[in-house]
Amino acid sequence: MNSAIIFVVATLSILGLVSAVILYFIARKFKVIEDPRIDQIAEILPAANCGGCGFAGCRNFAESIVKNESLDNMFCPVGGNELLKLIAPIIGQEAVEKDPMIAVLRCNGSFAHAPLKTTYEGIDSCFFMNALHAGDNGCPYGCLGGGDCVIACTFDAMYMDKETGLPVIIQDKCVACGACVKACPRNILELRPKGKKDRRIFVGCVNREKGAVAKKNCEVACIGCGKCVKECKFEAISMVNNLAYIHAEKCTLCRKCVAVCPTDAIHELNFPERKKQVVETENKEA
Amino acid sequence: MANLLTISGSPHIHGDQSIRKIMWGVVIALIPALLVSFWYFGIGAFIVTMMAVLSCVVTEFIVQKFILKEEPTISDGSAVITGLLLAMNVPGNLPWWMVVIGSIISIGVAKMSFGGLGKNPFNPALIGRVFLLISFPVAMTSWPLPFQNRWVFTDAITGPTALGVIKEGLGKGDSLDNLMTRIPSYAEMLIGNMGGSLGEVSALAILLGGLYMIIRRIITWHIPVSYILTVFIFAGILYLIDPSKFIDPVFHLLAGGLMLGAIFMATDMVTSPMSKTGMVVFGFGCGILTMLIRVWGAYPEGVSFAILIMNAFVPLINKGFKPAKFGEEVKHG
Amino acid sequence: MLLKTFTLGGVHPEENKISSGQPIRKAPIPKTAVVPIAQHIGAPAEIIIAKGDKVKTGQLIARGQSFISANVHAPVSGTVTKIDEFMDSSGYRKRAIQIETEGDEWIGTIDRDEKIDATIKRSREEIIQLIKESGIVGMGGATFPTHIKMMVPQGKKADCLIINGVECEPYLTSDHRLMVERGEELMIGARILMTALGVEKAYIGIENNKPDAIDHLTNLSKRFPGITIHPLKVKYPQGGEKQLIKAIINREVPSGKLPIETGCIVQNVGTAIAVYEAVQKNKPLFERVVTVTGKSVRNPCNLLVRIGTPISVLLEEAGGIPTDTRKVINGGPMMGKALNSLDVPVIKGMSGVVVMPEKEARRPKISNCIRCARCTFVCPMGLSPYLIAQMAEARLEERAEAERIMDCIECGSCSFTCPSGRPLLDNIRVAKSKVGQIIRSRAK
Repeated sequence: MNSAIIFVVATLSILGLVSAVILYFIARKFKVIEDPRIDQIAEILPAANCGGCGFAGCRNFAESIVKNESLDNMFCPVGGNELLKLIAPIIGQEAVEKDPMIAVLRCNGSFAHAPLKTTYEGIDSCFFMNALHAGDNGCPYGCLGGGDCVIACTFDAMYMDKETGLPVIIQDKCVACGACVKACPRNILELRPKGKKDRRIFVGCVNREKGAVAKKNCEVACIGCGKCVKECKFEAISMVNNLAYIHAEKCTLCRKCVAVCPTDAIHELNFPERKKQVVETENKEA
Repeated sequence: MANLLTISGSPHIHGDQSIRKIMWGVVIALIPALLVSFWYFGIGAFIVTMMAVLSCVVTEFIVQKFILKEEPTISDGSAVITGLLLAMNVPGNLPWWMVVIGSIISIGVAKMSFGGLGKNPFNPALIGRVFLLISFPVAMTSWPLPFQNRWVFTDAITGPTALGVIKEGLGKGDSLDNLMTRIPSYAEMLIGNMGGSLGEVSALAILLGGLYMIIRRIITWHIPVSYILTVFIFAGILYLIDPSKFIDPVFHLLAGGLMLGAIFMATDMVTSPMSKTGMVVFGFGCGILTMLIRVWGAYPEGVSFAILIMNAFVPLINKGFKPAKFGEEVKHG
Repeated sequence: MLLKTFTLGGVHPEENKISSGQPIRKAPIPKTAVVPIAQHIGAPAEIIIAKGDKVKTGQLIARGQSFISANVHAPVSGTVTKIDEFMDSSGYRKRAIQIETEGDEWIGTIDRDEKIDATIKRSREEIIQLIKESGIVGMGGATFPTHIKMMVPQGKKADCLIINGVECEPYLTSDHRLMVERGEELMIGARILMTALGVEKAYIGIENNKPDAIDHLTNLSKRFPGITIHPLKVKYPQGGEKQLIKAIINREVPSGKLPIETGCIVQNVGTAIAVYEAVQKNKPLFERVVTVTGKSVRNPCNLLVRIGTPISVLLEEAGGIPTDTRKVINGGPMMGKALNSLDVPVIKGMSGVVVMPEKEARRPKISNCIRCARCTFVCPMGLSPYLIAQMAEARLEERAEAERIMDCIECGSCSFTCPSGRPLLDNIRVAKSKVGQIIRSRAK
């Protein structure tokens, strides 16, 4: 009995020793020498792997920064400027501040504004609906309501509003990673600067059809009338293919365009309520 | 025109197949075997069957309604089938509370914990049966004899199955010729006049159900045929090697749960492969394992274990045996 | 040796060929015709007329521009009133020419003699040129420009022509009626196509649910050496190019390759007749036969319709729009496209308009996949639809590509047969177009 125990202990010990030696040499031979700074940077990144920086994951982002030793065009939308300031000293660079961005929905074709003309039946995929037809409300540019953007959002910053059939962006949660922008087959979502005091003005429509056609499908469509362009003193609004676009860098948030728009297609967010005027905001949280 | 036009992707029509039709089709196919077992084992068989079906359905309902919080789908018939199959796998005089435990394990553990219909890797009824077999080995291997006690439920006169007789006898060193006299004749085994669990008795009734399912296109022939054929050939080879030690292949086909297993258990859609070649491989594997367990294993019967083990191989089979593709010769891109 | 049908998969939808006994009749010329300039696969044709111009029936109004494109001709005579965007069968507003009809004056070059002209005088090049001029596209629904299909790429050789008279889609009967009523023109058209391809053999594949067409054409074929009528067992999707080649001459188109790899060119019955008209009668493609049908339609019929006629006119002709209409489909119910408006004009590839009532149009309730493997049994391409659809839902496009998603012919057999009512094809389509994008971006 005793000899058996000794035998077992001995064999196991020898086996363990031999394995340890083999493992040691293998580990030495195949050791990957990695810049320790990659780990340092990866450590402080949010680890959301959202892809908002343009890389597959946070670690790839860190690797790229270390490899190029620069922060040019490198921006983590989740961590923002604060994070960049933390990363900069690791590679001995200066952090350049960037305006914080946020996603906005440039469509207001809710069930009330753009009544249904057909009913779609099938999988909830904007991509698929887009291939099938112009949309249940007839607008070939508008939101299809399939929720591809909501699925793409990894920060739970979006949900579908059942009342309107449109997605809603929860402003506090949006980190402007741009996943929803990529997911939308109609390019309705846009990343815009957050703006002063979180205030934004933008055209809530991407319809390039002629005014009459667009209006027929949706009462809040941009009809390309050009009133806002005339009204804006700062040349912040351009009109291409019957569609107005407000350039955020020139916009002074004076809100004059909002007042003249005949179809309420220009949206303002997070402004104090005006006197005696009914302000229609696209967002419920606003 | 009163309605808005509907837009959807093609196809715009749908065949007449539905889960409900398939499942209730299986239930219909089980009726002959059920009737035969009621005939032989009487009220006990009926009580066991009813208990199993009822507790399976109730378990599924409770799990779906209160735990998963989804719309219960008990009307699709899949829980009914699990209950029936579980009942067919147990002796007719099994205490009712054991049947209930088996059902809860079948549905609650083997099916719903994986996400419900279509997501379980193992056949739920077999999991329930094996659980009972391991937990209550005595109760699960005391088989009531047919016609003996049709109107009493408990304290039945019991005896071993034909497979048990052979296995035990050979283990003790009895000669095969001697043992053959102690088992029912093949004709009796075909119609089911022997001891065993409810579904093990009549090979004929099971075959009838199988035929119905193949005609109604609920199952294809691949799994049952390859399973039964493998067992037959395997047993045949052994018999040819040494007829004094190994019993002939016809016995292996008729005895035990082979027919029930090959036709109703192994063909369970959820837990069987997705291509025809894969199905043949699956049946072959079941056959080999069944025979290995029957001849050399510790248990007299190996169908349930064989099928459960092969269930575990299904993902691998699916990977290895994809359906033949059109235009296969040339590699893509 | 010859197979009766294709080997892999296939389903048997209810045939519902309710209009098969209805002779083709002429639909009225519409008051205004809307002619889209993109009725074919490839680049839209370029408009060569202007608003206010007078056009005659058959006059070229838009010319095919790039390599893959097709001419468009005026289907009616009258004045061009608008060149704008109109809703068409794609579900989107696309550029189209609106013509207000005044009388019906045809251009002079068309031979309007009813007599059938059987002698082929043209050479190979002339025939292909005439096909191109006449704007003929695949009339079975694919709308691929025919003249391009007829130009065999270098290094490949065609050895036979297959005329597709299968019409495996339920409900549709336009090809059936064409075979019965215009068999001789079809045979001559086939001979013309054979001349153009330089092949000696042609097969006409017809499913045996059209015995009258088989008998009629078999009788005719005695006068046309080289053309064999090939009855086939009814099975969907036999009308698919690859399935038809497999069924008739037992050759398989390799994955990712064109049918010409097997030495076959497949043309639809309607296309062959259009080729006859173009080559022998100099008549461009501006009208076609459309089946207007549906279980609740009062008079299901086969109509000879000018391109550009609004669907609502056809439905009126078939006894009005049924009140319980829920879905109107361009093409057959298996592969057709649901229309979102009844003002959509008829285009070259529209073989039928199927009206579906509420009850039929409903999709079944979706439940869990029970892994019954029926989709793999019915897939005519031997794919595993359940697996590909799963990958599509999980956005695993690369893995779906490895499962040969691009081989999918979108026949819909999987969705049709699924007992759980799962939208397999919807999901596969999404992944398929995404994989297509990936492949294209890789090629760049």
